[in-house]
Amino acid sequence: MAVGTLDTFPKLLMHHAHARGARPAIREKDLGIWQTWTWKRFADEVRALACGLAAEGFKRGEHLAIVGDNRPRIYAAVCAAQCLGGIPVPLYQDAQASEVVFPIQNAEIRFAIVEDQEQVDKLLEILPQCPTLRRIFYDDSRGLRHYTQPQLSSYEKLLQKVDGAFIDAEIDKGSGSDTAAMFFTSGTTGVPKGVVLTHHALIDRARAVAEMEKLTDRDVVLAFMPPAWIGQNIFSYAQPLVAGYCICCPESAETVVTDMREIAPSYYFAPPRVFEALLTQVSVRMEDAGAFKRWLYRTFMGVAKRVGTRILEGKEVPLLDRVLYNLGDLSVYGPLRNVLGMSKVRIAYTGGEAIGPDLFTFYRSLGINLKQLYGSTETSVFVCVQPDGQVKSDTVGPAVPGVELKFTPARELLIRSPGLFKEYYKNPQATAEAKDAEGWFHTGDAGYIDPDGHVKIIDRAKDVGQLADGTLFAPKYLENKLKFFPYIKEAVAFGDRRERVCVFLNIDMDAVSNWAEKRNLAYSGYTDLAQQDAVYQLVGECVEQVNADLARDSELANSQVHRFLILHKELDADDEELTRTRKVRRRFIGEKYGSLVEALYNNQQAVHVEAKVRYEDGRTGMFSADLKIRDAKTFAPAAAKHAA
Amino acid sequence: MILSVENVSLSFGGVRALQDVSFDVKEHEVRAIIGPNGAGKSSMLNVLNGVYHPQKGKIRFRDKEFTDMDSHEAAALGIARTFQNIALFKGMTVLDNIMTGRNLKMRCNFLQQAVWFGPAKREEMAHRRAAEEIIDFLEIQHVRKTPVGRLPYGLQKRVELGRALAAEPTLLLLDEPMAGMNLEEKQDMCRFVLDVNDHYGTTIVLIEHDMGVVMDISDRVVVLDYGRKIADGVPEEIKNNKAVIDAYLGVAH
Repeated sequence: MAVGTLDTFPKLLMHHAHARGARPAIREKDLGIWQTWTWKRFADEVRALACGLAAEGFKRGEHLAIVGDNRPRIYAAVCAAQCLGGIPVPLYQDAQASEVVFPIQNAEIRFAIVEDQEQVDKLLEILPQCPTLRRIFYDDSRGLRHYTQPQLSSYEKLLQKVDGAFIDAEIDKGSGSDTAAMFFTSGTTGVPKGVVLTHHALIDRARAVAEMEKLTDRDVVLAFMPPAWIGQNIFSYAQPLVAGYCICCPESAETVVTDMREIAPSYYFAPPRVFEALLTQVSVRMEDAGAFKRWLYRTFMGVAKRVGTRILEGKEVPLLDRVLYNLGDLSVYGPLRNVLGMSKVRIAYTGGEAIGPDLFTFYRSLGINLKQLYGSTETSVFVCVQPDGQVKSDTVGPAVPGVELKFTPARELLIRSPGLFKEYYKNPQATAEAKDAEGWFHTGDAGYIDPDGHVKIIDRAKDVGQLADGTLFAPKYLENKLKFFPYIKEAVAFGDRRERVCVFLNIDMDAVSNWAEKRNLAYSGYTDLAQQDAVYQLVGECVEQVNADLARDSELANSQVHRFLILHKELDADDEELTRTRKVRRRFIGEKYGSLVEALYNNQQAVHVEAKVRYEDGRTGMFSADLKIRDAKTFAPAAAKHAA
Repeated sequence: MILSVENVSLSFGGVRALQDVSFDVKEHEVRAIIGPNGAGKSSMLNVLNGVYHPQKGKIRFRDKEFTDMDSHEAAALGIARTFQNIALFKGMTVLDNIMTGRNLKMRCNFLQQAVWFGPAKREEMAHRRAAEEIIDFLEIQHVRKTPVGRLPYGLQKRVELGRALAAEPTLLLLDEPMAGMNLEEKQDMCRFVLDVNDHYGTTIVLIEHDMGVVMDISDRVVVLDYGRKIADGVPEEIKNNKAVIDAYLGVAH
């Protein structure tokens, strides 16, 4: 049977087990060695697991909670549930116990497959609130031998016997219109919602982009983001099953950089913050290098900045520059790509959030084919993708084949695509709000289509505001500009309906502590370092550079940053200041630190803060500090000068 | 009973480091030795693994009785230890350091090693696997190939524990495993010590200054003061023992 007619993931898996049974499907680094699961092995595991689940009483249409990091068995669990017509619900492995309660209650989940003791503890803790939860299967038994809870059992025990005929029949019963998976949205606002996606939606989108990018079974992907995130799931489950390529699971979260270098993936997807973190690492290490290497790096990065992207796109470049770029490739870019583990990257995507243009061109100028994509959980990710040769730093590209786009008068982007979600689980009201009668999905993102037919997203529709004088205020745009500096980790901009813009900043502890060490600045911790005058000076210069940039843009000249302060703590998802995918929750922060915002607008030079902090183990404590506030130099709009 | 110490006395010239100390260690327990500075704790540990030879007394390990033993004998019997001031090979990687802990288990001779292919290679693979299991157990995969000298102190301590574990000891002696650590590192280390005890079934004798740690993780505690045993019992008893409180807080003369 042709791949194109296979309409569910289990059918695709059986096809690959047959067509390329000996090719690698999943690799996992375990005990220091990359261990390979072939497609045949993967399919065998899935079939055995599905039989085990069925024997335990797992029924068609039932939900299965899956909690764990990227592991072959976690993906096997996803597929096993689908074999039986069940619905896998991957949950974030770093979520707190309380955050897992809602999905389990909402979907009345009876069965869970989890990675290890950490996740078992989490589920046992919430058992009283989740009476439906009946069985918890764990993969790694370490530390669990004294657990006697009747709900617990090992994953291993599910693999006892395989009834081939039964499982083949079950797989055949599935059809493309069945629900394939449910993802809970990170919930920047209010309660999380379960997004219901069908096999058809996920497979259609995965296939459209696989064809566009000519993915083959020779491609390799490193799976290092949470599997509960649709972005990871598409790249490490849906697309490999469509294209037959191999995914690699790193040894642990701390080893991703090394593992990436060893695997050298050909297809890569990461949200902007990962690219940001990598660049910061590179900058820090370059600062530590000797004078000659620093000179070499500076010189050739200058060349790359000037002509790198043009060369990548195959455009015309003066001969001398081409020679210089080739020299740079030998001495700087090549080795740098190698260190980043990107020497074999054929296609790299970023998405999930807007990326700073400077950051974006940095990677492209190194010769890495980094492109942007646009999409969300509700759209099975792929809505817009930049095709090769049409890459721009400030757009997300044209619509992928099959997607229709339009804009409301308020500039909100609407989408109609085969990849759209079926509904929000048990939430018809939210479904009706997001998806209208004609099937248009309201994204909540504001933007427009540029002359080349590319979609340009400015911000969340509800976040795009106006300053008191009526000029445009796009907070995320400002924040991204600030965050490009290695010293600034997070920024939160305020200014909607105010006469000027002020920001909260988080310094990047790695970069700033390294900088401080070089200058013999003593400090005791984050808060102490953040409040040093020299650090304010350093960060102030970054803010002023952003202001100088903004002054050149006639639309945004008024949103220059007038005052800023450095927060006493790093914004943290555990304190609900960031979402689990690390987007700042601007409104929440504005309310939580209301007194600081007021102080910014009151011309105070310092402000006292007392705050409750939550530690990783869930305890809370009180904390107080005095925060300095500084003015930043602003510039007169220089549009005229720029034009001259 | 895995180990018993009977009336051991040790002196260096006029300094009487241990005087007539007796205690025992049961199979599978975590046994702590505590006491103020200079009480003779480290000397006791050094006697147990044959670094010092006591002038008087006997040590019984399993069914064998010793008046003294050599350190290599102790190692061969399955006694491994860590040191108060880390004794790792600073220039070697974490993996190589842990591999050195398997030294006594290597059977290939010089010639086989020189040829490498065949038995020596198979042996190395088996030992590498054992070392990797320990790396996995102690969660130090991310520094596997990092030279030990570049690691922070807390991690070095963990690597040293790893090297001791590599010998697959039946009795593990830990000399102040948590000294100089911050709270988080101490908690991690406590967890690893308990995990080792539970997972590998290793009997553990440890010296520690942090009373919180000792009371939390040990099954029984021996208290030494000026080379003499002043108390022996479960943590609850030790906490309320008058002699112990006096030794730690001092008494009015």
